[in-house]
Amino acid sequence: MSFLYEGLLGIGWKEVIMYAIGALLIYLAIRKQMEPSLLLPMGFGAILCNIPLSGALDSLMVAANGESWTVAGILDWLFRVGIQASEAMPLLLFIGIGAMIDFGPLLSNPKLILFGAAAQWGIFGTITVACLLGFNLADAASIGIIGAADGPTSILVSQVLKSNYIGPIAVAAYSYMALVPIIQPAAIKLVTTKKERAIRMPYNPRSVSKTARILFPIIVTFIAGLIAPASVSLVGLLMFGNLIRECGVLGSLSDTAQSALVNLITLLLGITIASTMRAEQFVKLETLMIMCLGLLAFVFDTMAGCLFAKFINLFSRTKVNPMVGAAGISAFPMSARVIQKLGQEADPQNHLLMHAVGANVAGQIGSVIAGGVILGLVPKML
Amino acid sequence: MNTVLVSLGLMWKGMLAIFVVMFLILLVLLALSPRKGSGKD
Repeated sequence: MSFLYEGLLGIGWKEVIMYAIGALLIYLAIRKQMEPSLLLPMGFGAILCNIPLSGALDSLMVAANGESWTVAGILDWLFRVGIQASEAMPLLLFIGIGAMIDFGPLLSNPKLILFGAAAQWGIFGTITVACLLGFNLADAASIGIIGAADGPTSILVSQVLKSNYIGPIAVAAYSYMALVPIIQPAAIKLVTTKKERAIRMPYNPRSVSKTARILFPIIVTFIAGLIAPASVSLVGLLMFGNLIRECGVLGSLSDTAQSALVNLITLLLGITIASTMRAEQFVKLETLMIMCLGLLAFVFDTMAGCLFAKFINLFSRTKVNPMVGAAGISAFPMSARVIQKLGQEADPQNHLLMHAVGANVAGQIGSVIAGGVILGLVPKML
Repeated sequence: MNTVLVSLGLMWKGMLAIFVVMFLILLVLLALSPRKGSGKD
C-alpha cells in the first residue's frame, strides 16, 4: 500500500516553502491584483512542479523488470520548446506589446527618448553590485536585467546567458513591476525636493503624421540593429507589432496581436517559467539575494532617470520635472501614472501624464535595446 | 575583483551603446517631426 503515501513522504521542508511561495503569489495576484496574469500561473505552477514525482515534469519510469524510460512532462516540454530552444514565447509576446504601444506622445516630444536611455543605468549598476556579491558575470547580467522592468526581456536574457536563476529572476521581475507604485515614489523622494517635483511642464503636442508613425518602427529597428545586432530579435518584433498597429491596413491582425496573441502567450508563459521554480533550485540564499538585487535595480533605474533630468536642467532654459526622467523605466503604464500622481501631490495643478507616458514608451525601447546590448557584450566578456 | 572591473567595462560600453542608439533615433524623430507653425500634418 506504500503507493498511497509515496508522494507524501517525498515532501520535504523545501517543498513546503515552495507551496507557501506559490500560495503567496496566487494571493498577491487575486487579492492585491499584482500582475495577476503572470503571478497567478507562476504561483500555481510553483505548486504543480513541486508535488513529488510530478507528472507535469519529465519523469523516469522504472518497470518491475528493470527497464526504464523518460516520460516528457508538459511543463518541461513547454519550457524546452517555447523558451529554451527558441525563446519563442517571450519574443512573440513582443509583437503583441508593440501592437499595444502608442508612440504618439514620444513622437510629438522626441527629446523624451533620452530618458529611456538614462533610466537603464540601474541594470548596469545592479550587475556591478551582483558581481561584488560573488555572482559570475552571466548570472549578474541576468539579475541586472530585472531593472529593464520588462518580464519577457528578463526571461530572454537569463535564458540566452544560461543563468541558473531564471525562476527567481522572472518572479522578481514581475513582482517588482507590480510594486512600481510603492518603489518609485520612495526612490524619487530620495533624490528630488518637493520644489523640483512641483515643476510644471506645459504640454504642447505637435501633430504626428501617419508617415512618421509608419517610418518610426522601421527606422528604430534599423538603427538598433546596426549598433546592437543582438537586439534585433527583441527590438524587431516589438517594432513589427507596432508597424502592424500603425500601418492602418492590418486592423484585424493588430487586434489579434493585442488580445489573442498576448493572452495566449501570457497564459502559457507564467506556468512554463514556473517549471524552473523547483525546490532544490529555488530555495537558496541566492534567491533571496536576487530578490534584493531586483529591488535595487528598480531603485537605481528610478534614481538615474531623475538625476539625468536634473543634469539636463543645468543646461536647459525650459526645466524638466525630474520625475519624468524616472518614467524612463519600462514599467508601462504604471510608472507614468505614478509620476502624474506624485506631481499632483506636489502641486494639484501639475499635469505630467503625457510627458511621463512619452518617457515611459521611450523606456520600453531603451529596455529592449539594453537587453540586446547585454546579449551582444556579455558573451564576449565571459 | 576582476569580475567587478569587467562589469564596470560592461556598464560603460552598454550605456554608451544605448545612448548612441537613442540619440540617433532622436535625430530621426526630429527630422520626421513637423516644424512648429508649418501647418503640415
